[in-house]
Amino acid sequence: MFEFADAAVEAAIAAGARYADARVMDRRHESMSARNGEVEGLTQEGSVGLGVRALIGSGWGFYSTADLTTDAARAAGAQAAAIARASASVPGADLELTPIEARQDHWSNAVGEDPLSVPLAEKGDMLVSVTRTMREHGADTANAGYHIWDTTKWLVSSEGHRIDQHIVECGASMDATANGENETQRRSYPGIRGQYGTRGWELIRELDLPGNAARIAEEARALLTAPACPSRDATDLIIGSEQMALQIHESVGHAVELDRILGWEAAFAGTSWLDLSQLGTLRFGSDLMNITADATLPGALGSFGYDDEGTPAHPVDIVRDGIWVGVLSGRDSAALAGLDSSGGAVRGDGYNRLPMVRMTNVGLLPGTSSLDEMIAATDDGMLMDTNRSWSIDDKRLNFQFGCEIGWEIKDGKRGRMVKNPTYTGIGPKFWQSLDMLGNESELTYWGTPNCGKGQPGQIGHTGHPAVPCRFRGVRVGVRS
Amino acid sequence: MSGPMDVCERVLERVGGRAEAEVTVSTGTEALTRFATGFIHQNVADAVRGIHLRLAVGGRVAEGSANQADDVSLDRLVQSTLDAAGLQPVDAGWPGLAPAADAPDVDHWDDGTATAEPAARADHVGAFVSAAGELESAGYCSTEGIEIAFANSAGQRLVGRATAATMDGIARTATSDGSARVSSRRLADLDGDQTGRLAVERARSSADAGDLEPGHYEVILSPNCVTDMLYFLAVYGFNGRAVEEGRSFARVGEMQFDRSLSLADDVTHPVSVGVPFDAEGTPKRRLELITDGQTAGLVHDRRTAQALGAESTGNAVLGGASFGAVPANLVLAPGSASRDELIGSVRRGLVVTDFWYTRILDPRTQVVTGLTRNGVWLVEDGRVVRPVTNLRFTQSFVEALGPGAVLGVGSDLTLVGGGSFGDGAFAAPSLHLASWNFTGNAKG
Repeated sequence: MFEFADAAVEAAIAAGARYADARVMDRRHESMSARNGEVEGLTQEGSVGLGVRALIGSGWGFYSTADLTTDAARAAGAQAAAIARASASVPGADLELTPIEARQDHWSNAVGEDPLSVPLAEKGDMLVSVTRTMREHGADTANAGYHIWDTTKWLVSSEGHRIDQHIVECGASMDATANGENETQRRSYPGIRGQYGTRGWELIRELDLPGNAARIAEEARALLTAPACPSRDATDLIIGSEQMALQIHESVGHAVELDRILGWEAAFAGTSWLDLSQLGTLRFGSDLMNITADATLPGALGSFGYDDEGTPAHPVDIVRDGIWVGVLSGRDSAALAGLDSSGGAVRGDGYNRLPMVRMTNVGLLPGTSSLDEMIAATDDGMLMDTNRSWSIDDKRLNFQFGCEIGWEIKDGKRGRMVKNPTYTGIGPKFWQSLDMLGNESELTYWGTPNCGKGQPGQIGHTGHPAVPCRFRGVRVGVRS
Repeated sequence: MSGPMDVCERVLERVGGRAEAEVTVSTGTEALTRFATGFIHQNVADAVRGIHLRLAVGGRVAEGSANQADDVSLDRLVQSTLDAAGLQPVDAGWPGLAPAADAPDVDHWDDGTATAEPAARADHVGAFVSAAGELESAGYCSTEGIEIAFANSAGQRLVGRATAATMDGIARTATSDGSARVSSRRLADLDGDQTGRLAVERARSSADAGDLEPGHYEVILSPNCVTDMLYFLAVYGFNGRAVEEGRSFARVGEMQFDRSLSLADDVTHPVSVGVPFDAEGTPKRRLELITDGQTAGLVHDRRTAQALGAESTGNAVLGGASFGAVPANLVLAPGSASRDELIGSVRRGLVVTDFWYTRILDPRTQVVTGLTRNGVWLVEDGRVVRPVTNLRFTQSFVEALGPGAVLGVGSDLTLVGGGSFGDGAFAAPSLHLASWNFTGNAKG
């Protein structure tokens, strides 16, 4: 496949581009879903094609095609350059690219059990079984499903990169919904988005869906008669690790994307409350807050060998001891921001999407407390877990998150279950109230397989190492 | 690749009598020119090609897709999908294939849009940026032209095509953003200069906004906000799957909305875009969902129709077996009030330009949280008195549109596109609503 990428890059340069790169991507995707004891959908998708990117002046041009012939690749390269030239008609300052070593390499992630080789019948039996179990234990509607992606990509650049990667990802989810008179309640496992990683089918076996099906169905049913989450202006709030993954993703991960900070996403995804002039000095959170973006974590969903610009995966400090110290960046955004090098965070969703800044594995480094210790140390508060709804403003400051389940905490003990728990906050104020941090044994590399960004829309796969945390003085419930 | 219907036939030929089969083939071009901080920073075009196959072997169902149309690739697609189906249990809800039937005579197509060069999109962007003048600007101009062919082994054959174009952007002061957008099936209907001027006007008039205490306020919602609401009503309410599972508010025949509201899914409407059939090859037709406030209908694919004893309304989506049916061309009937008349009738309330990050808290009650964006103004005694900072709301959409809750319906029916919308887009006028629950402001 390298030959097609070579042809596209050569044609783009011949057409006047000062830099060009091309990716050929071959992706297979398999998914199956079951509902109420019946397999309902099985899809096997394949796509292969080439996307080429050309830079002229301040403007990128990108063109993609499913035609994999040398002639078509050359035409695609020329077309990318023509588009870049049109971009230059509404110009900014010339874009520069931070330097990187031109590597020739191969990378693949470790896979214990090839997920595409596991018999479909075995996969279907598991989904049918867990949805039946949920129905038997109180669910009006029970869903379960899995996704597998098997991606090979070949990168060539006009600077000499020649890298191929093979990345296997998979994961699964299930949920139980109970209907009440005028409401529905839902419980998911392992989380609302399931759990995904750069691993083989062994990940799905470890999740143990069968061992959790009855529990979540019973909890969904019990939530119908639980009291509603009280509305309080300020309380101590313990958040489980699945919801913390979402909290990190929305209020830290997106906020530190350099393209947002530079205004490149202003009209759609939004900007960021962060100002580059404060990088290295701004207090983002309490001293306990340490966030890294690390694409080298084995098995995490945001892991790879090289990003789609050929930058090797490496850990990047984002927040250290509560101070904002880093961003998610690519070669052009890093150069524009005056940074020495790319953060290696540029990826495209398939051959037909322009690579852009995406989260890798943006996660919280663990602390010293267990969840039980957090509960025991809380006189009057709430515990919430499993994301149900998420909404945050276009600067990534003002958020309201809802969880599937909550519990009151009284005198150091978990009390009544409550339904419809929500909490609200302003990013830095919230993170500065962090005063207890889960320990290593509580750490989970959560995987989010559906992060949307960009126009045309792209779906990103991101990882979020997370532990339970306690925050002080948080508004919970909804003001009437 | 040969023509899309030809590819459909080649796939069906390979399946032969071994299964019930349906094939959808899409080809065309999608292009989008994006700008920010006053320059074009991302500019893309994709030669779209997709082949989707669904087949059933004795009720054992599997789907497959590919984007290569050579003989070897089609052989592989058919065989792997047949193999997968053979390993499946029988699907008790398999509704069978759509019978042969004609689709409405709809051709939402414009050659100039389908073949638009990057320079044409850049011209619109340049006009928007120039109109913004000293203000920073950002947004995009997109064009697309897609041809879709559908064929199944029950004899159904349909071909449709659709073009669409959008100019969407913001202008920014130091303290505010103002947005404007226009969508059409014709690129020639877009005007970057005019769109940019409107964005500038909104940005300047919402600068230096002040906070407002959360609470219940009357609202004037723009067509953009209203179509956002329609999305939730559609997916979580009128969707036959949601009704089947008991998650929907919708009760056909009941007065669940204000009598000033009438809503239809209508690909034949003059402002609509998209093709006149769905992913199962069922022709679309005008479908009344709300008539003078009364819930009048539901949207179905073949599966949900069978489950509820109804007929498919032509609202299946590719890969939507677990999701249900989705209307593609909702049109909320406009009223007669101008924007000034709507504002003039407000005692104390807010004018809202855009919603942002709306998420459902409970599908049954349609309680949704979200934020305002790109311009909010306080109105007192029919006059705009000042801009306010963005607010969070937590509001039941069904209650907000309920009997007696709609105080005015605008005449400004507007098609609201977004990114790629070859499958359709919603159109709505502005609405004046009696009460909206704002639950937080910039301070949290």
